Amino acid sequence: MNDMRLTERKVDAKELKIQARNVQVYYGETHAIKDVNVDILDNTVTAFIGPSGCGKSTFLRTLNRMNDTIDICRVKGEIMLDGEDIYDRRVDPVQLRAKVGMVFQKPNPFPKSIYDNVAYGPRIHGLARNKTDLDEIVERALRGAALWNEVKDRLHAPGTGLSGGQQQRLCIARAVATGPEVLLMDEPCSALDPIATSQVEELIDELREKFSVVIVTHSMQQAARVSQRTAFFHLGNLVEYGETGQIFTNPEDPRTESYITGRIG
Amino acid sequence: MPAIWLLVIVLVLAVAGYVLGRARVMRSASGDSRILHSLPRYYGIYVAMMTLVPALLLLGIWLVAQPMLVNLATRAEIPSAAVENHINLSLMMSEVHSTAADITTAVNAGTLDEGDLGTPDRASQALGRDIDAATLDAAKHYRSLDRIGDMARSVIVPLLALLFFFYTLSRIHKDMRARNVVEQGIKVLLVSAASIAILTTLGIVLSLVFNTIEFFRLYPARDFFFGTTWAPSFGGGSQLGILPLLWGTLYISLIALIVAVPIGLFAAVYLSEYASKPVRAVAKPLLEVLAGIPTIVYGLFALLTVGPALQTVFGRDALDIMPAASSVMTAGLVMGIMLIPFVSSLSDDIINAVPQAMRDGSYGLGATKSETIKQVVFPAALPGIMGAILLAASRAIGETMIVVLGAGAAARLDVNPFEAMTTVTAKIVSQLTGDADFASPEALVAFSLGMTLFVMTLALNIVALYIVRKYREQYE
Repeated sequence: MNDMRLTERKVDAKELKIQARNVQVYYGETHAIKDVNVDILDNTVTAFIGPSGCGKSTFLRTLNRMNDTIDICRVKGEIMLDGEDIYDRRVDPVQLRAKVGMVFQKPNPFPKSIYDNVAYGPRIHGLARNKTDLDEIVERALRGAALWNEVKDRLHAPGTGLSGGQQQRLCIARAVATGPEVLLMDEPCSALDPIATSQVEELIDELREKFSVVIVTHSMQQAARVSQRTAFFHLGNLVEYGETGQIFTNPEDPRTESYITGRIG
Repeated sequence: MPAIWLLVIVLVLAVAGYVLGRARVMRSASGDSRILHSLPRYYGIYVAMMTLVPALLLLGIWLVAQPMLVNLATRAEIPSAAVENHINLSLMMSEVHSTAADITTAVNAGTLDEGDLGTPDRASQALGRDIDAATLDAAKHYRSLDRIGDMARSVIVPLLALLFFFYTLSRIHKDMRARNVVEQGIKVLLVSAASIAILTTLGIVLSLVFNTIEFFRLYPARDFFFGTTWAPSFGGGSQLGILPLLWGTLYISLIALIVAVPIGLFAAVYLSEYASKPVRAVAKPLLEVLAGIPTIVYGLFALLTVGPALQTVFGRDALDIMPAASSVMTAGLVMGIMLIPFVSSLSDDIINAVPQAMRDGSYGLGATKSETIKQVVFPAALPGIMGAILLAASRAIGETMIVVLGAGAAARLDVNPFEAMTTVTAKIVSQLTGDADFASPEALVAFSLGMTLFVMTLALNIVALYIVRKYREQYE
C-alpha cells in the first residue's frame, strides 16, 4: 500500500489462472482489441492501465463474456480459465459469470435491501440450503468486503441508501457472495472520493488472498498501490505486461514510459 | 361596432407596435444592434404583447359581462305585476330577449323604423306577433342599454390598446430589458394554459355535483347506492339502483385487465429486452396501431366476430351458458385487446428507463435474462408499471362504445360472464339520449352515475399513488 515499496515488491511464483491467446475483439467494423496475449495469475492483483478508449475495459469484459450482451461485439482467439476455453460452445456464460465476478465503474446496487443485494447471487445459483446457510453466506461476504460492521444493524435497509463507498463495497460483497474465483473490477473507484477509494483499495489487497483480481484503472497511482502485475494497453494493443514495480520504474517500451510520465494519454 | 372589428383594430395596432417598437429601439441605438440589451425583435414583441393582451382581456371580459349586467338592469325595471302574465321571470326574460333580437333584425333589414314601436299594437303589427306593453318596454330598455354598452366597448377597448401602445413605445430605449418582460409574458401564457385545464376539470366536477345534488333531492340516495334493480321508466316510478351497473362495469373491466395486463406486460418485456433492433422498429409501431383504432370499430368487432365465435363454444348448441352474442365476456375480451397497447407501450418505456447498470450488475453475477427481468428490472420498474395498469383500468371503467355493442343493454346482477350485462357509461348514454326532461330523476341520474365514475377513477388514482409511494424502489 506504500509507493515506496514498489521496487521491493516481489511476486511469488503463482498458479496461472487465466491465459489469453491472440484475443481479437470487434465492435461491428471496429477492431477494438488487437492480438492480446496475457497470463493472469491466481492470488494476484493485475492492473490494466492505459488511456481512454484503449480497450482495457473491453478486454476485461471478454474475461467473463459480458460482451455477449452486446449484439455487435465479436470475440476471436482463446481465453482459458483453469485450462478450459471460456468461449467454448459447451461453456454456459451464465455459469461462467458466477465464477468470474464483476464490479462496475459506478456502484450499482439493486433497488433492494442490503441483505437481498448480497443474497441475490447465492439465491439464483442455489448456493444456500436454508435460511441460516444464506445468512452465513451474506455475513461472510459482507465481512469479506469490510462492510459488515457498518451495516449489520440495518441489513434490511435499502442498499441504495448507503454512501458511494459503501455501495461499491456492497457491490464487491455481492460479487464475492457467489464464490467466484476471479474478480473483475472496472474502474471501481472512479466514482468515489479519496477516503472511500482508500477503503476499497485496502479491500482489494485483502481480496487477493482468496481470488485473482483484475482491475481496470485510470489512476496510475492506484495501479501502483494495489497491483502486483500491470498491463499497459494502447490503441487496442497490449504494449507491455509485467511486474508492477518494473512497469512503473523501468518500462521497456517507450510508449509505456511516455504514458506513465504523462506525455501521452 | 361589432367585436370582430375591435379585434381587427387591436391586431393592426399590435402589428404596428411590433414594427415601431423595433424601429424605435434601433434608432435609440443609432442602428447598432449589438449595444442593445435584447435582440431588436424582443422590443417589437414587447410593444405588440402589451398592446394586444390587456385590450383582448378587456374585450373578453366585456363580452361576458355586458349581457349579464344588461340583463340585471332590465330585470330590475320590469314591474312584478307584469311577470305574472309570463309564468315566471326567466320565461319573461327570454321573451324580452327574442323581442329585442327581432326588433334589431327588422331595423337592420330596413323593414322597421324605431318610431313604429310607439305602442304595443304597432310593435305587434310590425313584428307580426303579440307583444304586451311590459315586454315591449323591457325590450326597448334592453336594447338601449345594450347599445350604450356596445358603444362604450367600441371606444374603451381601442383606447386601452392605444394607451398601452404609446406607453410602451415611450418606454423603449436601448437599455430596456425587453427580453425579460417577454419571458414573463411567456410564463403567464404557460401558466394560463395549465390553469385552463385545471379549471375545466373543476368546472366538470361542479356541474356534476350540482346535478347530483338535484337528483338526490328527487330520488333517495340509499335506493340509488344500494338498489339492486335498474328499471328506469319515464312515466315515473323508476327503480334506479346503481349496483347492477357497477357490477357490470367492474366485471367487464376485470376481464379486460385479465386479458390486457399479462399480454401487454409480456409484449413489453419482449420488445424492450429480447427483441432485436429491427424487430422492435417494426413491432412497436404495429402494436401501437391497436391504440389508434376507434373504439366503435372494436365494438363492431365484438358484435360481429367475437360474440358469434364465443357462441359457437358456449352458446345454445354447445355448452348452453351463453344465451346471446352480447355478453360480459365478449365486451371484456375485446376491451382487453384494446388495452394491450396501453399497457405494453407505457411499460416498455418504463422498462427501458431502468438503467443498464442494473442489468449489467445482475448479468455480472451470473443471472439469466429472465432472472434479471424478474428480480431486478421488474421491481425497479414496478411503480411505473402499476401506473400503466391503473391507467388501463381507468380506460376500461370509462369505456362506452365496446360495451354498448358488445355487452348488451340489460342491467343484471349475475356471476355468469356469458350473460349480457351493462355498465355505468352505457346507461349514462341511454338516459341522456332521446327526449328526456332534464328535471326528471330519470335524466338527472346520469349525472350521479357520472359522479360515481369520477369518484371511482379518483379513488383508483389515489390507490395507485399510495402503492407507488410504498413500493418505490429507488435507483440513483
